[in-house]
Amino acid sequence: MHDIRDLEKELKRRYGADGIQSNRDDLAFTAVKPHAVGDALAYLRDHWRYVHLDFITCVDLIEEGRLELVYMLRNHDAKHDLGVKTRIDRNRPVMESLHGHWAAVATYQRELREMFGIDFPGCPRVDEDFALEGWDEMPPMRRDFDTRAYSERTYFPRPGRTTSDPAEHMRTKQYPGRADL
Amino acid sequence: MSETKHANTLANLDLPEGERRYFCDARPEAVEPVKGIWEKFLNWARANSLWILGFGTGCGAIELRPLMTSRFDMYRFGVQPRPTPRQSGLFIIGGYASVKTMKRIVRSYEQMQGPKFVLGLGSCTVNGGMYWDSYNTVNRLDHYIPVDVYIAGCMPRPEALLAGIKTLQKRILSGEAEGQNEYARNFDWYKANQKSIIKDWNMPDYNW
Amino acid sequence: MTIGARIGASALSIFIFANYGFLLMGSMARIRARVQGRIGQPVYQPYIDIIKNNARRTAVHHGVMFYLGPVFRLAGGLGTFLFIPAVLGAPLFENFSFSGDLLLVMYFIFFGQLGMALGAGQSGHPYSPIGVSRGLAQMTAFEMPFILAVLALAVRHDTLSITAIVQAQQGGVANWTLATDPLAVVAAVIAFLGMSMHNPFSVVIAPQEIPIGPPTEYHSNMLGTLQTNRAIFNAAKLVLYVNLFFGGASATDGAIYRLLDLVLPTVPAGLGVVAGVLTMVVKTFLLYLVNVVVGVSFPRFRTEQSIRFFLAVPTLIGLAGLVLARF
Repeated sequence: MHDIRDLEKELKRRYGADGIQSNRDDLAFTAVKPHAVGDALAYLRDHWRYVHLDFITCVDLIEEGRLELVYMLRNHDAKHDLGVKTRIDRNRPVMESLHGHWAAVATYQRELREMFGIDFPGCPRVDEDFALEGWDEMPPMRRDFDTRAYSERTYFPRPGRTTSDPAEHMRTKQYPGRADL
Repeated sequence: MSETKHANTLANLDLPEGERRYFCDARPEAVEPVKGIWEKFLNWARANSLWILGFGTGCGAIELRPLMTSRFDMYRFGVQPRPTPRQSGLFIIGGYASVKTMKRIVRSYEQMQGPKFVLGLGSCTVNGGMYWDSYNTVNRLDHYIPVDVYIAGCMPRPEALLAGIKTLQKRILSGEAEGQNEYARNFDWYKANQKSIIKDWNMPDYNW
Repeated sequence: MTIGARIGASALSIFIFANYGFLLMGSMARIRARVQGRIGQPVYQPYIDIIKNNARRTAVHHGVMFYLGPVFRLAGGLGTFLFIPAVLGAPLFENFSFSGDLLLVMYFIFFGQLGMALGAGQSGHPYSPIGVSRGLAQMTAFEMPFILAVLALAVRHDTLSITAIVQAQQGGVANWTLATDPLAVVAAVIAFLGMSMHNPFSVVIAPQEIPIGPPTEYHSNMLGTLQTNRAIFNAAKLVLYVNLFFGGASATDGAIYRLLDLVLPTVPAGLGVVAGVLTMVVKTFLLYLVNVVVGVSFPRFRTEQSIRFFLAVPTLIGLAGLVLARF
């Protein structure tokens, strides 16, 4: 069994992490700088028994102009999940490829390349299509990609679709003429 | 080496130059039905022996499994699954059709023979369903392949699917289910719609 | 009989036994469904399937041999049937049997599969030759116990004519091959399980394994021909087995005939033929039921497992039967 306080102290000392935050006793998050992610993951895997990679995902923080990558690791002995977060620049998203740590990292990186446009130089097969074949627009998971407009433009929407959106109903029927709604 | 192309051949421009001679370039043609009581008899045989293509295109495939088991039993209607498009006559598009699946649906549909029928299972085939604003799923299936019967629902229960098969049988018996001829007559329109969404078209224009 | 009358009689017997084959396939599918707790297809479903397949308006062909594949298969099926006397002593059903036809019939059983292999190869579909190689490999394996059983019979009765073998079995159950050479019959029935490609030997035509195997690319009227052949070939193999091992059917002897003999003063020849046909129908139905019962009870063997199975115990049983028949 491991002590979360010791882990926090070690991560702060070695990799400049900003501490460990957790609201549950089986899930915690920590944040490091992008250049330290690879070493931190290897350290957690080899010395603290976080041997299983759950997933790698990304959040588009468009207001800050950055993309936040989350690497979720699991410790099966302590039954504890630890998410290692890092933020990279949104306009030139490049991240070090960590496909040497686990074999599945290459597939997750392929997906992030297609969905968010993050470049992982050196990752095998990273330029291959993952789920979208022949996609030539901007990466679709970014928040400035208007999926509804793209769908109406490309796929023939069936006319006669009505909406039951409560906000629409309030704006048009219940409180007409209110400029602030 | 020059080849004279007749007016009713396809260009197959998306295939590499050296491979074009391996693929057939004939257009599909409409085959008119025989008239009268003989066609009624043949339609009765087609309606009572529907062979489904065993290709579960989306989440609708989960509704086909209860049909094969003893509670709902589609075999008593003469419906059986066949694994190859050459031998099957009914294609059930179950659920949403993403662009990637659409390419395979078109390829399988064009390989099917004879009077062939399409059943659109689920609301996503009708108007996009719950994925109506997705960047990856089509909204109106009948702009890409001809559809005979739609079954609305998300997912419709097996009883609804059996009712849909009964409706399709009635349609076949009345002679209205001529999807193959409709596809052959409006081939250019269907192909233009398909090519506008399927961007990496590396197949012949018609997959015989 | 003149040759014209014989051809007409053979056509009629093919027609009767082909319909019997269709109804047998349909009723076995229904029995299998009832075993699984379902209602199942109607008994006449094979007719509807064949009409629908032949009513397809388009077909894709791959060359001359592709067309000839089902033709060879049908020729094999018809050839098997035409040299077996369906009912002994009835001129209508004696077909073209002659002395030495036992070997010819065994050749015809093999011939259909070979023609199909050539046609399936020309189709260009990658799964067809896989199915063909599995089918032919399994066929070579189950031919071993079958040939040994047939040789045991030929040695016992000193003849190669099916008619003579059937005649030797008349006169009661004690004369059947089942009673005189039981080991040979056991080996032959195990070989029959392999021949009819039901579980556990159905990997060749299993829909989940490879799409149907050799007939993968066949469709429209070619598939209709293959399905027609399936009915005729099934009926022919069943009739052959009943003739060789279970006493055959006769227009002048047998249980039903003796029953009629008790009731009526003299049995007219027509009624005797009907009695013979009924006997054949009952015996083949029961033999096929054994097949189906084994089929619904077992999962599937892989090809090498079934080859190893056939070349082990059934071959030894067949050898023992052959040795016992000689001495």
